[in-house]
Amino acid sequence: MSVQKFVVGNFYDEAVLFPAVKKVRRAGYKLHDVFTPFPIHGLDQAMGLRDTSLHTAGFIYGITGTSTAVGFITWALTLDWPINFGGKPFFALPAWIPVTFELTVLFAAVGMVLTFCYLCQLAPFVKKDHFNPRSTDDTFVMAIECTEETNETEAKKFLESVGATEVTVMEKETGWWLGRYDHDTMRFQKSTNA
Amino acid sequence: MASLRYESQVRQPLVEGTKDYHQVTEDICRPVESKPSRLWWIGFLVSVALLLFGVLSVAMEVTYGTGQWNLNRTIGWGWDITNFVWWVGIGHAGTLISAILLLFRQGWRTGVNRAAEAMTIFAVMCAGQFPIWHMGRVWNAFFVLPYPNTRGPLWVNFNSPLLWDVFAISTYFTVSLLFWYSGLIPDLATLRDRAKKKWSKMFYGVASFGWTGSTKHWQRHEALSLVLAGLSTPLVLSVHTIVSFDFATSIVPGWHTTIFPPYFVAGAIFSGFAMVQTLLVVTRKVLSLEEYITLEHIDVMNKVIVLTGSIVGIAYLTELFMAWYSAVPYEWYAFKENRLNLNSPYGWSYWIMMGCNVLSPQIFWFRKMRRNLFVTFFMSILVNIGMWFERFVIIVTSIYRDYLPSSWSTYYTPTIWEVGFYLGTFGLFFTCYFLFSKYFPVIAIAEIKHILKKNAKNYKADMTPVENESLDAYAAKHVHDDHH
Repeated sequence: MSVQKFVVGNFYDEAVLFPAVKKVRRAGYKLHDVFTPFPIHGLDQAMGLRDTSLHTAGFIYGITGTSTAVGFITWALTLDWPINFGGKPFFALPAWIPVTFELTVLFAAVGMVLTFCYLCQLAPFVKKDHFNPRSTDDTFVMAIECTEETNETEAKKFLESVGATEVTVMEKETGWWLGRYDHDTMRFQKSTNA
Repeated sequence: MASLRYESQVRQPLVEGTKDYHQVTEDICRPVESKPSRLWWIGFLVSVALLLFGVLSVAMEVTYGTGQWNLNRTIGWGWDITNFVWWVGIGHAGTLISAILLLFRQGWRTGVNRAAEAMTIFAVMCAGQFPIWHMGRVWNAFFVLPYPNTRGPLWVNFNSPLLWDVFAISTYFTVSLLFWYSGLIPDLATLRDRAKKKWSKMFYGVASFGWTGSTKHWQRHEALSLVLAGLSTPLVLSVHTIVSFDFATSIVPGWHTTIFPPYFVAGAIFSGFAMVQTLLVVTRKVLSLEEYITLEHIDVMNKVIVLTGSIVGIAYLTELFMAWYSAVPYEWYAFKENRLNLNSPYGWSYWIMMGCNVLSPQIFWFRKMRRNLFVTFFMSILVNIGMWFERFVIIVTSIYRDYLPSSWSTYYTPTIWEVGFYLGTFGLFFTCYFLFSKYFPVIAIAEIKHILKKNAKNYKADMTPVENESLDAYAAKHVHDDHH
């Protein structure tokens, strides 16, 4: 959550982007992120990101739903207020399968979407910097984070050499803040050393 | 190239014309960013008028009770539940297209899934109205929820299919909405970043949740879509299964059959696809999206229609055979006298159903017919008329003749308020659809871009070198692709 300096380059072709990601990482630059208009399969591995555990979370939410349903219905219909429906057993598990199934799905889906929003820090009125608005259109935007050792001019040249175009140095807020996209809002003051 | 999966040139392109990523964005965003046409305004205002008439009809029903409808002692579920089942059925195609076809890796779904999912959500909204207002004392509607109450607490009956319905429909609506909206977020971000006007910057800014397109976010987004698809697949089957249980678990002749769950699910997909066709044949023309919703898409969906229509036909015949073969006199009477007999009070509805659902879709065995827009549109309407009559046949012809001939009730005709309520849901549905087609991208932009270099016409030639390569050479070059 701070304003940082990045060397930013644009790519227009996946065939150039993939080798570039490899080269940038091999050269030891700190790859901040690649912003793309659509999911590019294999880019996450190429960038060395670990696989997401969202599935596991979904599974846990799912079984929470299952046990909530079975537990609650069992308690309500066998302990709290057993009702005799035509002499059928109070513990009528087969008849509870539909509700149990629906709650499993409901818990898993709602839980996963909320977790997804939390992990990606997505919510209404959240505003973020993403370098180039065209990265939601047709451009793959690669951002290299400038650390103390990074020589910006060299990094710019390197990025150009691997196929990036319109390479610039930008200062961007890395986190999010509350704001609307029709206003120029900033959570922090931009650093003024530029 | 890891991002480029091989796709045979023999397959029809899914995107026509000469497209690059930017052109895709331009084409799909154009209807959102331009002023609505006169046709849009006319359609929208007609829908709103219908909706208002529906509101009036419901207000009459709430004020004076369900007596405003012509339901009677034997026909307790006339138009109202017919319409409920009809709308729920229509609401099945969207999830089928987006979930089941995603799992089956059917590339063509990308052109139609967004609009179909939207249609699903609106159809389920319409469906939900019917059981709710049918309760009569609608202010007590929350009694269907298991909440700690002062009546004991007396819990709801978890053994009842009607309660299963409450859970099934509400879960289905919630999950469909989440699935649809999570898919929309990246596309809304595209609109946000293109927005010029203050109002649209704000609207799409809020609606896109601050999406940036970060690779990590895409990775999670993909995982989310896949799991939601996996969850929705059994969900969509369960919903209409449970709706069919409303009938099948009773002992009413004509309802008491075990074939209902698969028969209802096939019928739901059938009518849902027909509604998708109705909407998309018009949408693609009006929004000039013919290059994205191609004749190929229409063709494939017509194949689904002829398949599911035939499944439904077999179900009708099986049901009929079993009614005779079971040797249960009441069951056979319901079929022979109430349905097959054209001279019986509702015999005509059975034959409309047979004609529209079983016979007429057979025209789609012919490729020329499948690719004819006029035929497709006409058939899609016919199928939905037939599917409405299917539910009418199931409900009314099964219950208008009771076990007790003295309580037989023929000639049930709906009142203006019953019809008005039905028309009102059309108003609701189309009002929502018109707003959706104006303010949201009707095609999933990111998903089209994802398949563009594989399935678009102008990229098909890129596959030539791959196709000319020997298998060994291809394997040697590409086998390690996924392990960067």
